[in-house]
Amino acid sequence: MTTAIEKPPAGPEPEHERRGAGEEGRPLAQAVWVSALRLVGALVIPIVAFALLWLTFDFLRDADANRFVLVGVAIVVGVGGVFFLYWGMNRAVDWLPERFREGVRPYVFVGPALVTLAVFLVYPVINTLFISFGDSQGQGFVGLDNYEFVFTDDAMLRAIRNTAGWIVFVPLVGVSIGLAFATLADRLRRGEAVAKSLIFLPMAISFVGAAVVWRLIYSYRPEGFGSNIGLLNGIKQGLGWSPTPWLQERPWNNLLLMVIMVWIQTGFAMVVLSAAIKAIPDEIIEAARIDGASEFQVFRRIIVPSIAPTIAVVTTYMLINSMKVFDIVFVIGGAETNHTEVIAERMIRWFFISNHDGRGAAIAVILFLAVIPIMIWNVRRFREQEALR
Amino acid sequence: MTTAPPLEPIEAVPAAQGRPLDSEAPGASRGGWFVRITVLVIVALWLVPTVGVLVTSFRPEALADTTGWWTAFGHVFDSGQWTLENYRQALDAGGFDNAFLNSLAVTVPATVIPITIAAFAAYAFSWMEFRGRYVLFVVVVGLMVVPLQMALIPILRLFTQGASIGGTTIFPDLELTGTYLGVWLAHTAFGLPLAVYLLRNYIGALPSSIIESARMDGADHFTIFWRLVVPLSVPALAAFAIFQFLWVWNDLLIAYIFLGGTRETRVLTIALANLVGSRGENWHLLTSAAFISMALPLIVFFSLQRYFIRGLTAGAVKG
Repeated sequence: MTTAIEKPPAGPEPEHERRGAGEEGRPLAQAVWVSALRLVGALVIPIVAFALLWLTFDFLRDADANRFVLVGVAIVVGVGGVFFLYWGMNRAVDWLPERFREGVRPYVFVGPALVTLAVFLVYPVINTLFISFGDSQGQGFVGLDNYEFVFTDDAMLRAIRNTAGWIVFVPLVGVSIGLAFATLADRLRRGEAVAKSLIFLPMAISFVGAAVVWRLIYSYRPEGFGSNIGLLNGIKQGLGWSPTPWLQERPWNNLLLMVIMVWIQTGFAMVVLSAAIKAIPDEIIEAARIDGASEFQVFRRIIVPSIAPTIAVVTTYMLINSMKVFDIVFVIGGAETNHTEVIAERMIRWFFISNHDGRGAAIAVILFLAVIPIMIWNVRRFREQEALR
Repeated sequence: MTTAPPLEPIEAVPAAQGRPLDSEAPGASRGGWFVRITVLVIVALWLVPTVGVLVTSFRPEALADTTGWWTAFGHVFDSGQWTLENYRQALDAGGFDNAFLNSLAVTVPATVIPITIAAFAAYAFSWMEFRGRYVLFVVVVGLMVVPLQMALIPILRLFTQGASIGGTTIFPDLELTGTYLGVWLAHTAFGLPLAVYLLRNYIGALPSSIIESARMDGADHFTIFWRLVVPLSVPALAAFAIFQFLWVWNDLLIAYIFLGGTRETRVLTIALANLVGSRGENWHLLTSAAFISMALPLIVFFSLQRYFIRGLTAGAVKG
């Protein structure tokens, strides 16, 4: 994102520059040839190579083959294939007349990346915009109907409201706990690394796995239907209270889902903030202590201001992740009955389950538009910081 | 964060983790009881959910269903309290053995392919002269902003219907839904902008004298890239590889849409999500299945922690 601002360092290529200078004087026909070959290098070769690769995959669809063999072959073909693609293209360039070679080669190197991004990212984004103005099949033109739906449908409005809750609660709580823990762990004599690993551990677990983990915590059985095996209700019953159907308690069930996200992401905030805290020169903190600052003052007046840029980055990261949260709500289930809908979950619901492409696309566009201001803010903040250096 | 953004601050982590052990930093309140107890309480809170699942996954069905997992601590040495049957059942009858293989078949290439493509592109953006180099790089990096939801519908259509403008087919139906290749390509596209950005930061910062002298010795770009740049870039490649590996392994959305939930093709996350939907109260199965899906990421986590942290933090900008 960010170094886009600085120019890439120029590669040293004396040979190439000499050739480039000579190029100016060449006849037009030759210039056309060079352009055409570049085009071939950038587009046609990757596509042909890709098509060949794709044909070899056909047999992978054969579900009768032994699974182990199939998986092994898939891995070898996928991993080897991509290397072979570059190696082959590079060899193909070597066969070109010498004067074209070095002009075409860079496009062989960047070509696959550009083609992949064009086909699987740029084209889809533009297409999604069009689809969002179409009907359930994404065809025809229905004007702003889908957008009207987004802002009038009850479940959608709840989703927007809930998502707003997510993007406030998760970064706020996650960064607070992460910061507190990083500061405290920094003062431990022993075991800091272990303590940090354990907080960080949920980061390695999938959202689906985390949803299972927390469903067990929130598990509920009404009285008379056996003892509660969920931790929260187990504690309540142990204290002689009646169990609570946690995940059906509107609107607090939303908060309980956000807790899952906090559990996963606090470790990330903590690790990054901890690295930033350790980068603060010890002398500054010592000087403040000698001047009689209390530990809390050191924290508020020195540590927090010093790591403010890191706090901003971590908050942005958690904010964007919360905005796009899907798996947790989807796997916990019952979003509509429990009123725990969120925007990204609605998008999949409409596009993939209800097969209404137009509405799904419109929700995706809304999500995209919501991310942009955060990104702009992030880039601007980064530039200011650059200017200060 | 500081500047050369993602990779830089993390470099500090491994070194930093050693600090409190060897250098007793001055300061009166270090390691006080308040600090120790608070840290302990937070760690305990963070661990309890995972421990609950781990314990339940080893309890016999009848017990897991009727008593809370914490009661097992009262009979730790009673062999009737523990069993491996849940794992056997999840792997065989639950089809999690197959799902595990599918996850591998999806994840390994979906990690290697974007890294390879990005590394070649990063090399070209750093060390080769061509028209549009700067603009193309900015465009690629700018694509990090796009949430993947924005691309799902058209990609799925591309896989099932091909692409056409006004009735003219410009791209054939690729029949890629439900194939590994379709998922690889989707993950590759979503991982590329970040990978190109990170790797160009790293590869572009390699000392130009090395590459120049290799050119002098008559090495071509392919050789320089493969023999010189790739070995030198291992830390950056590893960091991104681990990040991408975990991202793909833990992904539900892309696998759900492009690979689907049939027993033959589904990956672990989908198998687990289906199990939650269909057998939400079969805790002995759910917990063991959840642990099967977590096993590999946890191994990666514990063995490659410092690269992992670096990769994850670098991934902070992933869209």
